Amino acid sequence: MESNVLVVDDSAAIRKILQRVLRQTGMAIHTIHEAGDGQEALAVLGAQKVDLVLSDINMPKMDGLQLLASIKASAQWRQIPVVMITTEGGETKVGEAVKLGAAGYVRKPFTADQIKEKLAGLLAPALPL
Amino acid sequence: MNLNSIILKSVSESTLQVFTTMLGVDIVCNQSAVETSMPEASEGVVSFIGLAGSWAGTGSVSCSPALACRICAQMLMCEATSVNEEVLDTVAELTNMIVGSVKTDLEQHLGPLGLSIPTVVYGRNFKTKSAGNTEWIVVRFLWDDETLVVKLCLEPKEQAAHVLFHTSPTLSCSLEV
Repeated sequence: MESNVLVVDDSAAIRKILQRVLRQTGMAIHTIHEAGDGQEALAVLGAQKVDLVLSDINMPKMDGLQLLASIKASAQWRQIPVVMITTEGGETKVGEAVKLGAAGYVRKPFTADQIKEKLAGLLAPALPL
Repeated sequence: MNLNSIILKSVSESTLQVFTTMLGVDIVCNQSAVETSMPEASEGVVSFIGLAGSWAGTGSVSCSPALACRICAQMLMCEATSVNEEVLDTVAELTNMIVGSVKTDLEQHLGPLGLSIPTVVYGRNFKTKSAGNTEWIVVRFLWDDETLVVKLCLEPKEQAAHVLFHTSPTLSCSLEV
């Protein structure tokens, strides 16, 4: 079954790179939705079926940790795995993300293999043709 | 190893790693220095990001418009022939990744640091100045014949200047960092 992924990052460049990388992972992905901050992400979650969220931490308006907390506080969305993609390599923010229920994190800069490895087990692989 | 040496090493390694990982390009670390003098008038693309904690300061990445386009084209695998929103966004993200990586290295020595959202300036004949007597650690990299400059200033919080001024002949503004 194909999944829908929501990519949340204030950088359009990173969203574009993640779109490309996700399509190359070999995972069964139907639609990749995009949002530029946490508030936009919540609007997408309210309007679309999302199976996985990939989110930056450091964003304007609503950051990735606030978004993660909102998702995990919602009975409707709390089962959705959230993977943080961030420049924040320090223990503080990453530790906070894990405490809030993040399924994992990837540090920027990242390789396609690192994304693929992190998503293994969270998304189904594409069926062979 | 003193703090300047730690910052120099971290800036060099972080920049090379970002280029290798995100662009698949090996650039060359060409020159490094500590600069205190007022910079000459600049042109091109300059991106700034603030660091704050028990120490505070600013990181910056600057390059020519042509190099900014080349970075964008390589990183996003698209055509980029002029400095547009996509090019500026790419340089901002590059700055975020480089300085973010330096920040992670420095947190081992200086404690937790926060990172601001990057700001990018593109234009001609402008100057940038950090308020206060700040020393900038400057590392220059070469991608073929084009130069990318990465700078970082950092001071204990009591001494840190929190406002970075940008001036040009026709306009001026201040950025909270």
